[in-house]
Amino acid sequence: MKIAILDYAAGNVTSVLRAIQHLGYDADITPGPQEVTAADKVIFPGVGAAASCMRELQARGLDQALHDVAAAGTPLLGICVGMQLLFEHSEEDGGVDCVGLFEGSVKKFDLDDKTLKVPHMGWNAVTFADDVLGKEIPDQSHFYFVHSYYCAPKDKAFHLAGATHGHEFCAGVRKDNVAAVQFHPEKSGPVGLQLLKNFLESP
Amino acid sequence: MSLSKRIIICLDVRDGQVTKGIKFKGNVDLGDPVEYAKKYYEQGVDELVFYDITASAEKRGIFLDVVQRVAAEIFIPFSVGGGIRDLDTMRAVLLAGAEKVSVNSPAVRTPEIIKQGAEAFGAQCVVLGMDAKRVEVSEAIPSGYEVVIDGGRTPMGMDAVEWAQEAEALGAGEICLNAIDTDGVRDGYELNITRKVADAVSIPVIASGGGGTPQHLIDAVTTGGAEAALIASMVHYGDYTVDSIKKDMRAAGVLVR
Repeated sequence: MKIAILDYAAGNVTSVLRAIQHLGYDADITPGPQEVTAADKVIFPGVGAAASCMRELQARGLDQALHDVAAAGTPLLGICVGMQLLFEHSEEDGGVDCVGLFEGSVKKFDLDDKTLKVPHMGWNAVTFADDVLGKEIPDQSHFYFVHSYYCAPKDKAFHLAGATHGHEFCAGVRKDNVAAVQFHPEKSGPVGLQLLKNFLESP
Repeated sequence: MSLSKRIIICLDVRDGQVTKGIKFKGNVDLGDPVEYAKKYYEQGVDELVFYDITASAEKRGIFLDVVQRVAAEIFIPFSVGGGIRDLDTMRAVLLAGAEKVSVNSPAVRTPEIIKQGAEAFGAQCVVLGMDAKRVEVSEAIPSGYEVVIDGGRTPMGMDAVEWAQEAEALGAGEICLNAIDTDGVRDGYELNITRKVADAVSIPVIASGGGGTPQHLIDAVTTGGAEAALIASMVHYGDYTVDSIKKDMRAAGVLVR
């Protein structure tokens, strides 16, 4: 199985690779759209700000590659900023048009309770909808989050996972072969590894 | 539900070995950092800190090798402190697999390093480590806690609360607040300064210095207002496990993973 991890100069993608290797698989960290569209599984990780990430994606032709992967039916997993960039638009950096595989936008946490910190950083409980990614993961398991913005899908039918920080927010989405999570499975201990395993083992 | 409070275990690493300073005896080596990291990972620790206490630059390679080996074995965030002076030393440990860097004395001398790190790697990457010591309240030190550096040897004439606010403005993502007076004594965290700093900034504060019993951690994240508590010897010597501490925290109504 060929697994591609998108390399677009956004944060530490090697931690995703290490987790995959720990599960007994291997993957290519690649900046090339051809390698991405030719893969059997694609992971779109990310740490960083929306505007610079989108610029790098576009410069490498990876935004189009993500559309091609989605259309071809290849399983795709977005992580953190990799989830946010799959939406149409982000409020970050004064407003950025993104890849647009999911209808909806990415908004900044604006919380009434000022004792709650932004960025939302640390371990939070996640509830999964019925989905292969949540297989063998107990309800309300804690995953590791680091983000100041959250995704607001137009259609609730795409909700894959949810968590609460001041208010409920969408912690994961799924549309056919394209799934994404706001937390970092590669940094979420055994339940995070289980989620990655579910992704790698699902058809 | 919301964010759970974190337990962070600190490992001092010298020449590739976990080490612990014992009064009048110097340092004793406890063993392989990777084995310690795996043990605490399996016990359910939320985060780890590796502190490089190797003074010499030529031994830096050994430490980076430790970071790489740890990153291949544990899948939770961990940070690295000690020897972080500039963007190059930050980049080296982040590329080796650390999630965050902790910068202490060099940030006091050159505050710009916080800003540069946050801009280059993101604010979530940069932890300000701060040592604070109780002093007389004065015009220069209105909180009664002074910033000290070089492991507590050099008083800086700066107020701990004001320095925390300045570091936040420069882009620090977290503050690890170590109270020199209680450090190593295992008699409880300095709740007073912890609360003052936690109230003064909007970024998470990690209480450090003095953790000896589960009740101390409970106090730190309730009375002290900390998001996390740092511990070391109370688990290194096997007096407690992460599970046993979390069990007590849960029983006290603290939300933990």
